[in-house]
Amino acid sequence: MIAIGLGHYLTVAALLFTLGIFGIFLNRKNIIIILMSVELMLLAVNINLVAFSTQLGDLVGQIFAMIILTVAAAEAAIGLAILVVYFRNRGSIAVEDVNLMKG
Amino acid sequence: MYSAILLLPLIGALIAGLFGRVIGHRGAEIITTSLLLVTALLSWIAFFDVAIGGYVGKVDLLRWIDSGALEVDWSIRIDTLTVVMLVVVTSVSSLVHVYSIGYMSHDPHRARFFAYLSFFTFAMLMLVTADNFVQLFFGWEGVGLASYLLIGFWYKKPSANAAAMKAFVVNRVGDFGLILGLAAIFFTFDSLEFDAVFAAVPEIAGQTFAFASMQLDVITTICLLLFMGAMGKSAQFLLHTWLPDAMEGPTPVSALIHAATMVTAGVFLVARTSPIFEFSPDALWVVTLVGATTAFFAATVGLVQNDIKRVIAYSTCSQLGYMFVALGIGAYQIAIFHLFTHAFFKALLFLGSGSVIHAMSDEQDMRKMGGLYKMIPGTWFMMIIGTLGLTGFPYLAGYFSKDAIIEAAFMADMELAGYAFTLTVVAALFTSFYSWRLIFMTFHGDSRASNEVISHVHESPWVMLIPLIVLSAGTVLAGFPFKEFFVGYYQAEFWGDAIVNRTNIMDEFHHAPAWVVWSPFVMMTIGFATAWLFYIAKPDIPKNLAREQQPLYQFLLNKWYFDELYNLIFVRPAVWLGNFLWKKGDGFVIDGFGPNGIAARVMDVTRNVVKLQTGYVYHYAFAMLIGVAAFITYYTLMGAN
Repeated sequence: MIAIGLGHYLTVAALLFTLGIFGIFLNRKNIIIILMSVELMLLAVNINLVAFSTQLGDLVGQIFAMIILTVAAAEAAIGLAILVVYFRNRGSIAVEDVNLMKG
Repeated sequence: MYSAILLLPLIGALIAGLFGRVIGHRGAEIITTSLLLVTALLSWIAFFDVAIGGYVGKVDLLRWIDSGALEVDWSIRIDTLTVVMLVVVTSVSSLVHVYSIGYMSHDPHRARFFAYLSFFTFAMLMLVTADNFVQLFFGWEGVGLASYLLIGFWYKKPSANAAAMKAFVVNRVGDFGLILGLAAIFFTFDSLEFDAVFAAVPEIAGQTFAFASMQLDVITTICLLLFMGAMGKSAQFLLHTWLPDAMEGPTPVSALIHAATMVTAGVFLVARTSPIFEFSPDALWVVTLVGATTAFFAATVGLVQNDIKRVIAYSTCSQLGYMFVALGIGAYQIAIFHLFTHAFFKALLFLGSGSVIHAMSDEQDMRKMGGLYKMIPGTWFMMIIGTLGLTGFPYLAGYFSKDAIIEAAFMADMELAGYAFTLTVVAALFTSFYSWRLIFMTFHGDSRASNEVISHVHESPWVMLIPLIVLSAGTVLAGFPFKEFFVGYYQAEFWGDAIVNRTNIMDEFHHAPAWVVWSPFVMMTIGFATAWLFYIAKPDIPKNLAREQQPLYQFLLNKWYFDELYNLIFVRPAVWLGNFLWKKGDGFVIDGFGPNGIAARVMDVTRNVVKLQTGYVYHYAFAMLIGVAAFITYYTLMGAN
């Protein structure tokens, strides 16, 4: 039984973060997946914060984590709302079709 | 009073020009015309006051320019020369105003027309009342502007616009000389006041300056430059081309330009600067040469023209040549006398031809007229008087002034006297011929007009006839009563110091031999007889003559090919150069490497940059990530140091 230390937490968080990044880039289908990937990246950051908080004995990190959760929730709500409206207007939320900003 | 003479036309022009819509056409006509009539009346009072009464003075209006050594006042110089010009300008101009009320009655822009007319008069008055060269130049340019506006008055006619531009551009050539002359005067005399300059001329006389390894006489240079301006304005040989084309303007304008304002300015300038010209025999030689050549040249062209107004236009050109001959031989008084008499009969002829054109439903070609004297007897009679005046019929206006020029040319003590005498006498013959030709083709013989035009022929209304009657009276009376004052026994007292003579030509020309005195009269009679033979007795002679002498006829009909020559020498290269600079210089070089080039490069760059904007979320996210990664890497590495 190995003792789970800071390094493990950071590794998990880094893995999660990388997964999130790849979720964004490799996904060509659905914007919801992008949103989910963004959530994943935020959670990875949260894990970092909490891990460091515990390690350093500083509660500020955990409070940060709470704030990030709040922001993530708000972001998810807004993102999904935009998606719903977008779908109503354009009839599709495939990533390939969402390129109104093309120059 | 003198300020009123100068400013009333300006007030009229401003009211008619700025408030023409408010006061309406009738209001503009009444205001400008009545102000001009008042001005004319005041001018005649001033004439008797100054010329007969001997008053000489100066009215300061305001200080205009005060810059270093250059001090210029706006003031009115009052001497005999000024008041003679005042009388000529305001009399003819007021009559032209009255006449225009009738002539322009169908034109929708009458208010503008009257504003221009009054402005024209004002500019000319500025010129003749000038007390210094700058004010003279102001009037000079004002006249040029007004002539441009009036010649191009019918701005919807392309030919009128072309003629207006031609007048303006040709005048610029002369003005170029004039302004160089002014600069030379200021450089030499440190002043532009007439009195100061004239007083200093004797000291400067004979001095030379080096130019392009030649020693040039200062006074001669100044005189020739001034004369160049006079040539442009007075339509002398080589710079005459604008004058016939100026016929594109309404006929009253032609009368005003040819009789009173504009073309007389050059004659006035030389007479005014007589104290300078008298010190330069070389410049006077050139003046005589150009004058005599113009008198002859224009008369030959006038022989074959078919447009009624063009004949009279060339006649003006020719008569101006006479005036310059008189100036060149030093008889300035005679030149101004001829200007004075010429104003009456030339205005009469122009307004009369306007009356004919009015009657003929705007037909100007004499070949389509004929037999009009029964239908418009009033105009016919007045045109006859004008023609008699022009050709020098005894005791009419032209008789005294023109014959005086011819006699003075014969008696003048200079090399060119013979040349000038011969050409002016021959020109007198031509003058008589083309004037009577005009009368015969227009008023006599069988009518060549269409029946429709004939049925509309009518005598002009009284508002047009009254100016003609007044001018006829002037043509009859302008010569004899004034002769002794202008050129005869009283001329020394009459002119006072206004004109300086160093020769005694003014006395000598009275002693011309009898055959010289009679020669113009003989020429006039021959001209009349020939015209009668050609156009009344045997109308087929001119046709045969034209056919047999085809090259000569074409040469004259095309005005010695001056327009074509200038077209070839000046206009075409200028157009080519303009095109070259436009397309290559401006279009290719400046635009190509300047604004258009830079804009095109910016467009190229942006076109590529735009491709970065794919619109895909993951591309932006990727860019962000790369950016963040780069920043972190950078700061991590740098932070280590």
